[in-house]
Amino acid sequence: MSAIFYLLAVITLAGGLATVLLKQLVHCALAATVAFAGLALLFLQLDAQFAGFAQILVYIGAVAILIVFAILLTHGSHMPKDGVFSRSWALGLVIAAGVFAILGWAVLAGISAVPRQNAPPSATVRDIGEALVGRYVLPLEIVALLLTAATIGAVVVAMHEKASPR
Amino acid sequence: MTTPLAGYLLVAALLFAIGLGGALARRNAIVVLIGIELMLNAANLNLVAFWRFGPLPEALTGMMFAIFSIAVAAAEAAVGLGLIIAVYRHAGTAELDKIDRMKG
Repeated sequence: MSAIFYLLAVITLAGGLATVLLKQLVHCALAATVAFAGLALLFLQLDAQFAGFAQILVYIGAVAILIVFAILLTHGSHMPKDGVFSRSWALGLVIAAGVFAILGWAVLAGISAVPRQNAPPSATVRDIGEALVGRYVLPLEIVALLLTAATIGAVVVAMHEKASPR
Repeated sequence: MTTPLAGYLLVAALLFAIGLGGALARRNAIVVLIGIELMLNAANLNLVAFWRFGPLPEALTGMMFAIFSIAVAAAEAAVGLGLIIAVYRHAGTAELDKIDRMKG
């Protein structure tokens, strides 16, 4: 466990916590971007270069921008009068803490079974490309179809409603 | 903490819990969606960590799973934010506890 891992973990988790806790929606979006960037750096730390750069491109480049656009289009920068947390926030906190307790217990209980440090695997972009058009070609096509459908669906859903008689 | 994999798994579990807490406790639909994105990202971190420290990294299985998961999460974010904008236009608010009617 290197110091870099702890630093990146702290950055990622602080970004996540700030996302959930900050009041201004724009600040939430910025904190989420920090968390996404921390995760991308963790991927790079795990020798998964392709996944790390895909994370940067997709999340910081696209999803964060989408979120900011959605905040602008829904006038989310106005502060709500009666707080940003729902009435049942305590229940949500309890559920989240319970889920973390179970997951953490599972990890710590299985700590003797997890593999030790091994040599960093080599996954060049060439390997990944050959796997994508070889063994994983069907999932690749399905994802292409899904992205097309999602693009059309997002446009259709967010288009102006026709003026309907009330 | 002796094994690096356990550290990554604990970070992912904590990030998942943070995202779940945000999705359950916030009122604004956009922050709920960001919480869901954080949970998906935590799952991706698990997949990549298992790929890195697993027994057969040459097969690239965990890496591929993470890449496809990123693609699906991007599609989900686009459709989800489109839905939020449509709901905002219809109901005049993106606060989830004020959207309590299914009738238009």
